[in-house]
Amino acid sequence: MISAPDVVAFTKEDEYEEEPYNEPALPEEYSVPLFPFASQGANPWSKLSGAKFSRDFILISEFSEQVGPQPLLTIPNDTKVFGTFDLNYFSLRIMSVDYQASFVGHPPGSAYPKLNFVEDSKVVLGDSKEGAFAYVHHLTLYDLEARGFVRPFCMAYISADQHKIMQQFQELSAEFSKASECLKTGNRKAFAGELEKKLKDLDYTRTVLHMETEIQKKANDKGFYSSQAIEKANELASVEKSIIEHQDLLKQIRSYPRRKSKGSDLCSRETEYTQDRPSQAATTSDPEESADTDRYTCRPAYTPKLIKAKSTKCFDKKLKTLEELCDTDYFTQTLAQLSHIERMFRGDLCYLLTSQIDRALLKQQHVTNFLFEDFAEADDRAVVRQESAPAEPSQDRPPSRSLEKCPIPQVLISMGSYRSSVESVLIKMEQELGDEEYKEVEGTESGSFDPQDNLDCLDMDMKGSISSGESIEVLGTEKATSVLSKSDSLGSLTVPLSPQVVRSKAVSHRTISEDSIEVLSTCPSEALIPDDFKASYPSAINEEESYADDGKGAIHFQVGTSPPEPGEAEEGSVENTPLQTDASCCIGKETGGPQVPLSSPALTLSDEEGVVSTPPQRSRQKDQGFHVDFAMENSNLSSRDHSSEGFPAYELDPSHLLASQDDSKTSLDDYSDSTSCVSSVASTSSDRMPSSAHPTGPSSERHKKRAGQNALKFIRQYPFAHPAIYSLLSGRTLVVLGEEEAMVRKLVTALSIFVPNYGCCAKPVKHWVSSPLHISDFQKWKLIGLQRAVSPAGTGALHALSRYSRYTSVLDLDRKTLRCPLYRGTLVPRLADRRTHIRRGSTYYMHVQSVLAQLCAKAFLYTFCHHLHLPTRGREAEAAAASRQASFLQLSLGLVNEDVKVVQYLAELLRLHYTQEHPGAIQPTLRFDYVPSFLYKI
Amino acid sequence: MLRWLIGGGREPQGLAEKSPLQTIGEEQTQNPYTELLVLKAHHDIVRFLVQLDDYRFASAGDDGIVVVWNAQTGEKLLELNGHTQKITAIITLPSLEACEEKNQLILTASADRTVIISLNPEPSEIAMVTKGPCLAVLRRLDVWLSGGNDLCMWNRKLDLLCKTSHLSDTGKKSSLWLSVRFYSMNWISALIEIPKNCVVAAVGKELIIFRLVAPTEGSLGWDILEVKRLLDHQDNILSLVNVNDLSFVTGSHVGELIIWDILDWTVQACEHNFWDPSPQLDTQQEIKLCQKPNDVSIHHFTWDEENIFVAVGRGLYVYNLQMKRVIACQKTAHDSSVLHVAKLPNRQLISCSEDGSVRIWELREKQQLAAEPVPTGFFNMWGFGRVNKQASHPVKKQQENAILFSLELIGDLIGHSSSVEMFLYFEDHGLVTCSADHLIILWKNGERESGLRSLKLFQKLEENGDLYLAV
Repeated sequence: MISAPDVVAFTKEDEYEEEPYNEPALPEEYSVPLFPFASQGANPWSKLSGAKFSRDFILISEFSEQVGPQPLLTIPNDTKVFGTFDLNYFSLRIMSVDYQASFVGHPPGSAYPKLNFVEDSKVVLGDSKEGAFAYVHHLTLYDLEARGFVRPFCMAYISADQHKIMQQFQELSAEFSKASECLKTGNRKAFAGELEKKLKDLDYTRTVLHMETEIQKKANDKGFYSSQAIEKANELASVEKSIIEHQDLLKQIRSYPRRKSKGSDLCSRETEYTQDRPSQAATTSDPEESADTDRYTCRPAYTPKLIKAKSTKCFDKKLKTLEELCDTDYFTQTLAQLSHIERMFRGDLCYLLTSQIDRALLKQQHVTNFLFEDFAEADDRAVVRQESAPAEPSQDRPPSRSLEKCPIPQVLISMGSYRSSVESVLIKMEQELGDEEYKEVEGTESGSFDPQDNLDCLDMDMKGSISSGESIEVLGTEKATSVLSKSDSLGSLTVPLSPQVVRSKAVSHRTISEDSIEVLSTCPSEALIPDDFKASYPSAINEEESYADDGKGAIHFQVGTSPPEPGEAEEGSVENTPLQTDASCCIGKETGGPQVPLSSPALTLSDEEGVVSTPPQRSRQKDQGFHVDFAMENSNLSSRDHSSEGFPAYELDPSHLLASQDDSKTSLDDYSDSTSCVSSVASTSSDRMPSSAHPTGPSSERHKKRAGQNALKFIRQYPFAHPAIYSLLSGRTLVVLGEEEAMVRKLVTALSIFVPNYGCCAKPVKHWVSSPLHISDFQKWKLIGLQRAVSPAGTGALHALSRYSRYTSVLDLDRKTLRCPLYRGTLVPRLADRRTHIRRGSTYYMHVQSVLAQLCAKAFLYTFCHHLHLPTRGREAEAAAASRQASFLQLSLGLVNEDVKVVQYLAELLRLHYTQEHPGAIQPTLRFDYVPSFLYKI
Repeated sequence: MLRWLIGGGREPQGLAEKSPLQTIGEEQTQNPYTELLVLKAHHDIVRFLVQLDDYRFASAGDDGIVVVWNAQTGEKLLELNGHTQKITAIITLPSLEACEEKNQLILTASADRTVIISLNPEPSEIAMVTKGPCLAVLRRLDVWLSGGNDLCMWNRKLDLLCKTSHLSDTGKKSSLWLSVRFYSMNWISALIEIPKNCVVAAVGKELIIFRLVAPTEGSLGWDILEVKRLLDHQDNILSLVNVNDLSFVTGSHVGELIIWDILDWTVQACEHNFWDPSPQLDTQQEIKLCQKPNDVSIHHFTWDEENIFVAVGRGLYVYNLQMKRVIACQKTAHDSSVLHVAKLPNRQLISCSEDGSVRIWELREKQQLAAEPVPTGFFNMWGFGRVNKQASHPVKKQQENAILFSLELIGDLIGHSSSVEMFLYFEDHGLVTCSADHLIILWKNGERESGLRSLKLFQKLEENGDLYLAV
């Protein structure tokens, strides 16, 4: 698998020298940027320091009006995850940086309380002391009983890896927005329901009061009002007022400006709920409103009760829980979404990045990727993420526009409060930053931003950084455009400056104060991020590099990787010598734990700009055993595995990563136990989630891991694994014959990783059959598990098998024999080396995928090379074309003997797939060769 | 440690009596069929295949369904249901050249009725016409005949032109229904057209020649006249074909092959000792083999200009029309009865059999110097007895002029799990076989198909505008 971190990181240089031919540089879009932080001398798996929690988690906190900031729940909901991490403390931190200023109440000049439809704010925040970094998503929910009707909440994605938060900001923001949207939708619904109840109560109270007043009036004919009567009248008046207020609120909540765009990119599982939205979100038109009313009133009958007109703001009443605030359904949906987020961002940043690139690349390989990809699950993830990314720029505008159009006065933020927040922004910048650096920044940023603004902003930063006693560093804030127009006076900070420019400075240069929360960026609305900036977002962080050590001082491990980016190649070679010395001295300085061996070649930067100077507190500790383990496993990977033929979203289970640190010492013998242990960890951890969202995800990973492991076993156990695998790759059906179903199934599952797909449907693998096989089975299935039975039916099956022996290779598990054609190629030995050092199933799976990716690339070339298949000039003998093909396969693609047939078979599949109108409609023909079979025995 | 054994080739022959069946290993370099496509639509024995045009064919069988297929893609084009019983014959009535609208008809016969399917412009079924399991088309007259226990003549518009009375015992044109006992004896089992507006019908052991009288000025309607009965066969006639303009051939259940003059209906040559144990025959085994009449029944023959290729029992015989004798034979070409043979343009012969296999043979000419003496029967001939013991090699027949022919097995196609009933050869698309296992298999030349697909790929690339030709 090309972009798997371990493959990238630990490839031996000398293998490149064995390349039979020089690969030309790949086009830009195919090149895979390597782990951008490699220059720090960290291996991608360096254990993150300081953090008291073992892995990333999501925290939901509330700013309770009674007790202040308090954590509500974590996802995963397991105390082991956050360990000794002080959730209360962190809640305080994250709740204290809420800039959305959710002011609700009586705005000046307004008679009634107004609801504000506040945009969520998204803040990146770091607590260097705790070693925790968080993406914080603030939102407010409405609660009739709360002060100002609002309850501030926040959801935080907490990770020990700051870069992860920064790099994945876009994705985090998108995903959390979905969750927040879900919560808020449920909340609006619940709030409206609550208001209706309250209105009924009030109405009832009014009636009762009215009656009482009347009675009193009648009783009291003396013509003067008793104090009692006056009291009643006052009460009645306040009830009336309260009714009007509440009606107004109800109207407001119903006229909630709909975020049309958001609705569309919600996950499918939310669609049932989005059904509600069109009516709910409605404009003020009457019919819709009546529909609304209907919808809200058709709740179960509610018996009104007598209430006091003035609600008592007291502290003894119990506040509603989050679940009560939102509808239960919506709440569970949100939890599902959150656990989806947790799973989505689980694991190392490097891994996340590469798998993202991986998926993006894989999408481009639509011609060949069906062959060996596991689509069931690749789509599952990729679609969700991929769709959201490009779709955003166009979708984000509407909400703000609709906000502007909203008839309700937009008093989102008062000047005062906003100013105060600005004033509290204190940025510690190191003064020694030269002008050149600024210019560099401008240079890189000028595409999207006005340099002047940047400069202003930076100036401001510098001024601000003079006094740095304050504990909170806000490095950038952005406000909704509607606000911006009013707050020009606020100067540079309100300019939608590039968050990452500032942020990156903060990353590199902030000094660590004892007690600090660093807000690295806030941007309340994605809408504010210019489109082109967004596009560059993931890579933008790389620009920090220019600060590092005078630009050139960036730490480089300049080692030949497979195709370096064209532009970078020369640069690298120029800078090669100075850089290496730099690197070594850097390493020398930073040694705290075991070093990354310099000889380990693949710690390479494909991208000069990818260097980020290290935050000082970042630990250099590495788990040596773990590291070595991976190095070993991948030492025999072919260098060409980096070929950009995207291969697949193999997701390393983070629990595997964690577990493997512990397991690294386990011997080969008890390896299988450790895998099962790992997988059980994975399963339990996934089971804990309220997961309905992606049940296939973890299981298919586990499946891959097992398959890889069993395939490894097979290769080790059977010396004739090569011809068997060759059979599979060349489209000759392999029948696994055995008495024991479990064994057969296991092996079939293991070997299925070598079976090329016909199309995007399931692999042509039949795990277990007990009836005699027919010719059509061989057309349909390429790998079959067959029961060996003593019954007459069993002998029938065997007879059929011998009859069709020319179409099949037969692997007899009981007798440990294999009957299949001879194989003398070089491809399969690379794919399935008996003496491989790979020990883990997942690693082996990735290895297989990478070799197969390469194979697919060859098949692609062979299939689509025009001159090979069409006569070049007029009428040419078929023999000439055939010899051209043969020489291409042999000389250009370096295939020998039977390898040719593998590529030819894959080429056939590619042709079929490309030419067929309806994918999956036509079954491929059964192709076979008249070649003698041989019987292999152990 | 790895050790491998060369076990190449020979598969256990399940049906093995100690048969001297020639086998070929898995290495078949001359076998072009390296790709197959299984077509499923029928749910009973598929017995008939008929070619409709360059790329279409129809299949029919015991389930009473007619299915029209695309021979190139294997696509099912039409499925036609009309019969409630087994289909016993299928024939196409080609569209007339003169006729503007192309209207190809498929006629299917079954015990229940004859159904006519018109394929162009759109398929339609025309319901029951007559009873009769046997069909023949007279192109010259543009009429068709259906035969059962009587003979009916129809035109394209499905008007019944004429009808014979029930065919019963010789000479009697009685209208009596046949007794069950004679039913099969008097049922027309095959029907062909011969010159002079005549048709030959095989009824039991007899050949009956009918003359069709077209309407003339004198007579008003069509008429069918029985002209002659030929009684030379001693057993039921199983096959009846036109060989060329001069002769037609019949084959019977006991292995008589008679070549008739097409004009005067006289016997030109007779070959009936396929089954006769020759005097030299002494081994018990061969006697046993030959005594089963089934082993010598003539199921099918095919022909070219020079030879008739006869499927006799399990064997294949090549009978030369000029020399009037068998010039090459393969005594046990298959494990069981050969059901259908066909001659390909390239001197290849394909046979299919009840054993579920299809074999490809090549007729080779050989010069052999020292040949063993050949016994001559009264017509010449070659009996089973002459098999040399090492019969894994094709039996050779020495000619006076020392030219030897042999049938060499060059490939076999194994796919069906039950008797292969019939096959159809397409010049461009390969071979279609149908079988009692309800399947139809399309055998293709893998290399050519691959080339075609490649061509299609580049065509599509070009259509999409993605094709960049190298300079």
